[in-house]
Amino acid sequence: MAAGFAMNGDDAGSEGGRGSGPTSEGDLSARLKRLEAQLDQRREAAPGPRQRVEDSTSGPSAIGRAFRLSTEFVAGVIAGGGLGWLFDRLLGTSPWGLIVFLLLGFAAGTFNVVRAAGAQKSSDASGGSKPQKE
Amino acid sequence: MADPIHQFELKPIFSLGRIGGSEIVFTNASLFMFGAVALVTLLTMLATRNRAVVPGRLQSLVEMSYEFVASTVRSSAGNEGMRFFPFVFSLFMFILILNLFGMIPGGFTVTSHIIITFALAALVIGTVIVYGFWKHGLHFLHLFVPSGVPVYILPLVTAIEVISFLSRPISLSVRLFANMLAGHITLKVFAGFIGMLASGLGALGWVVGVLPLAMTIALTGLEFLVAVLQAYVFTILTCIYLNDALHPGH
Repeated sequence: MAAGFAMNGDDAGSEGGRGSGPTSEGDLSARLKRLEAQLDQRREAAPGPRQRVEDSTSGPSAIGRAFRLSTEFVAGVIAGGGLGWLFDRLLGTSPWGLIVFLLLGFAAGTFNVVRAAGAQKSSDASGGSKPQKE
Repeated sequence: MADPIHQFELKPIFSLGRIGGSEIVFTNASLFMFGAVALVTLLTMLATRNRAVVPGRLQSLVEMSYEFVASTVRSSAGNEGMRFFPFVFSLFMFILILNLFGMIPGGFTVTSHIIITFALAALVIGTVIVYGFWKHGLHFLHLFVPSGVPVYILPLVTAIEVISFLSRPISLSVRLFANMLAGHITLKVFAGFIGMLASGLGALGWVVGVLPLAMTIALTGLEFLVAVLQAYVFTILTCIYLNDALHPGH
């Protein structure tokens, strides 16, 4: 997810050609291109609201963030447990599937939490110039 | 009166006949969902009817919600993510209106039923899977195989990644459902205290009852915040997951 945030910069540059549609009138396509370029400039020049949007990903409060992280963890364990239960039911390997997949689910939940917290961190870091208010 | 779960009860309005062994019933949940769709459609159509260069109140409301969702999609899924904009915008408006319908006194909170939120989350993850395989073919599976991992722990990491992926619809649906359910129960419990104090303690109860009343008012404000925030969180996570479908293997 950290990579997802980081790559926005590359994408913004590659959209210039999209405005030139199949229209035959050169005038219209030139105007569209100019509009597209101006829009690009606007988007580049005004990173303020975008940054703010990213910063508040996890919600404005510590409670919101805590809730987000805890559901990430619980969901990992539930998914692992469910997968293990299904595995046992289909293959009759009870209780080994449940044990192994519950442990894996625990790991996946922890991984989820680390990744969610990391995404918050990196979006903080990308907003570098602006002081973070916590 | 003090039963805080009562508000989530599904009430059948009329029956649509039977499919298989089960009866298909139009409930109050269906009514509120149709209401939300009608409201969103009406709002956007009415607001964009005039298409004034200087927008009026209604038009700027709709333009602001468009801009808001568009910037959310752009910032987390890039410009390619804009092809999913209609989907994300519909999801955001639908959840937002349903959450806010729940704040109307006597209203019904559809998003406090996990089957609804899970259906929405399954729709999102289904879109990610179908689009990912359609666009990238088997390359989409690179999502589960992170690069730069030693071969001997690769199976373990892959298994963990798969479980982590499967946990996404669960966390997505549980978060929305639990927030709405818990908030509305808390609200009801605190409001119930006022009546209990007044009827149990008499004159003293009326005086002390001011405390839970203040709490209820504060919680109502918080619930409005949660209603909007959870719609937004659902939207941004949708965008992040769609980003995985657009660019697997990161």
